[in-house]
Amino acid sequence: MAYLAIKNLSKSFQNNLVLDHINFEIEKGTFLSLLGPSGCGKTTTLRLIAGFEHQDEGTIHIGGNTIDTLPPYKRNIGLVFQSYALFPHMTVGQNIAYGLEQRNFTKGDIKKEVSKALEMVQLTGFENRKPRQLSGGQQQRVALARALVIKPSLLLLDESLSALDKKLRVDMQIELRQIQKEVGITTLFVTHDQEEAMTLSDQIAVMKNGKIVQMDTPQNIYKNPVNSFVASFIGQSNFLKGRIKENSQFVLQNGSTFSLPQQDYSLYNQEEYIISVRPEKIRVDQTRPSYPHIQGKVKFVTYIGNLSMYLIEALGHDIRIQQQNDSYRDQLKVNDEIYFSWNASDQSILTE
Amino acid sequence: MNKKWWLVSPPVFLLISFCVIPLFIMVYYSFLSDGTTGHLTLQNYLNFFQKGFYLKLTWKTISTSLLVTIICILIGFPMAYIMAKVINSGKNIILIAIIIPFWTSQLVRAYSWQNLLRDGGILEIILRKLHIIGPEPLGILFTQTAVIIALIHIFFPYMVITIYMSLEKMDTSLIEASKSLNAGPFTTFWRIILPLSKPGIISGSILVFVPSLGVFVEPRILGGTEGSVIGTVIEDQFFEIYGWNFGAAVAFILLMIVFISTTVLSKFAKEEV
Repeated sequence: MAYLAIKNLSKSFQNNLVLDHINFEIEKGTFLSLLGPSGCGKTTTLRLIAGFEHQDEGTIHIGGNTIDTLPPYKRNIGLVFQSYALFPHMTVGQNIAYGLEQRNFTKGDIKKEVSKALEMVQLTGFENRKPRQLSGGQQQRVALARALVIKPSLLLLDESLSALDKKLRVDMQIELRQIQKEVGITTLFVTHDQEEAMTLSDQIAVMKNGKIVQMDTPQNIYKNPVNSFVASFIGQSNFLKGRIKENSQFVLQNGSTFSLPQQDYSLYNQEEYIISVRPEKIRVDQTRPSYPHIQGKVKFVTYIGNLSMYLIEALGHDIRIQQQNDSYRDQLKVNDEIYFSWNASDQSILTE
Repeated sequence: MNKKWWLVSPPVFLLISFCVIPLFIMVYYSFLSDGTTGHLTLQNYLNFFQKGFYLKLTWKTISTSLLVTIICILIGFPMAYIMAKVINSGKNIILIAIIIPFWTSQLVRAYSWQNLLRDGGILEIILRKLHIIGPEPLGILFTQTAVIIALIHIFFPYMVITIYMSLEKMDTSLIEASKSLNAGPFTTFWRIILPLSKPGIISGSILVFVPSLGVFVEPRILGGTEGSVIGTVIEDQFFEIYGWNFGAAVAFILLMIVFISTTVLSKFAKEEV
């Protein structure tokens, strides 16, 4: 059995099914993000593992043992809260020592462990500060040190970075990942921020309505989303809904037709499909190419510095295209007539 | 200096003319030998401190108030905790139930307690039905116990509401954080919940302890001959014996006790945090 195994976990609040028989397993040392919109059950999963709520059905195993019957204070799980939850009446040192005191460490050992933990999060010398004297980023680090110092079997992070401003958040992401790898601790990170999940995780579990829609590495989820929800939740995508006909022809719901890139489509025999293509995977030509393409007109241009986003009017749809602003590529202008296409390997053919 | 000072002049005027000046007149009376005339003397204060009776009464007043305060904390804290952290709905109903007795006159409530507690009263009937007491009379009315029960009933809301407010402000994830760090319920209570609700407990204690020191209605109606406290002495001096000078002296001694106890309690609240 894997290090952390969640089996058939279910939870309802007042007849409202929040978590619907979810299953997943991860190996020791893995960084897994539970990603999804609010109300998808990700926080409930975390609270069930921490022991603050109790599941209606299912089991949670850590290291081969079930923890279902243990109260939170016997589960040996490190937690970093969204609000950090540092004890305001204690100093930084006392906050970090708190968990060690519960384990009957000697005074000397506690002192040693606290200074080691502070060194790990680069806050040496902050022992005697009160939490309110620290910046958001520093509080975040103290919370992390406090959770890790007890050498937990699992680290749970609850939207822990979302309270920080963007620049600091990116720094903390890198630092968090480094510390996580250094300590080698199995980590479960709850977030609604797909970028954060992509940056930090070995694995991402995308959740919706109390179920795991897809669980895979960030690369695979981005490249091969299982449905349009995942494709639109992780990054951006263009969706074209319609029927696949002979000769790789695709008929959209509004009747417009175009040729799909060369590929064997004989297996796609259902009524309706959704073609999903990422904006950055679309190739633009300003002269008519020989391979299958679609003709369109630039409707709107957004300049983002290193990138430009274009809104293209084609086939009665709005298509988003993203391009690098290279020195050898001209920026498109509004009303430019263009021809665009993509490789068969860059499209996902989805059923929902 | 701020030019808007005149905006506060009406309340300042009211306070000075109806509160500060009368207070100083009373201080003056407490140093007079007889009524509004007489000569200046310390005799009124000396009378108080030289008679063991008054000192005993002072101690009785303080210890009764302390007991009332402690019982209010012991009942009020769990109740406030349940309201703030355990239940999700019905908080408002409980709050209203706590506040409604406030709108009833203290005198009416005292007489209600007299009816409940008297021998052959409702409490006695219920306790006998439950076989908690035998055929002997209840014997609570006109004792110190009756006074304490009534005082708890009157001042308890102050305690619950102030503790409730401090617990309500407290982030629930602090309790969860403590548990996740291997602290059991007892340690979590002792090291996290209690220290963080200390300011609420202390202001609640001041709100219960201070008015308990000065009560005279409940001791009179429910305490009978056993019921004398400082408050009843002051009342007697002013309304029965017309010994304004001694009454004023006792009132200021009580005021001093109030000052000292609130100072000590607030100092306590300021430590740490």
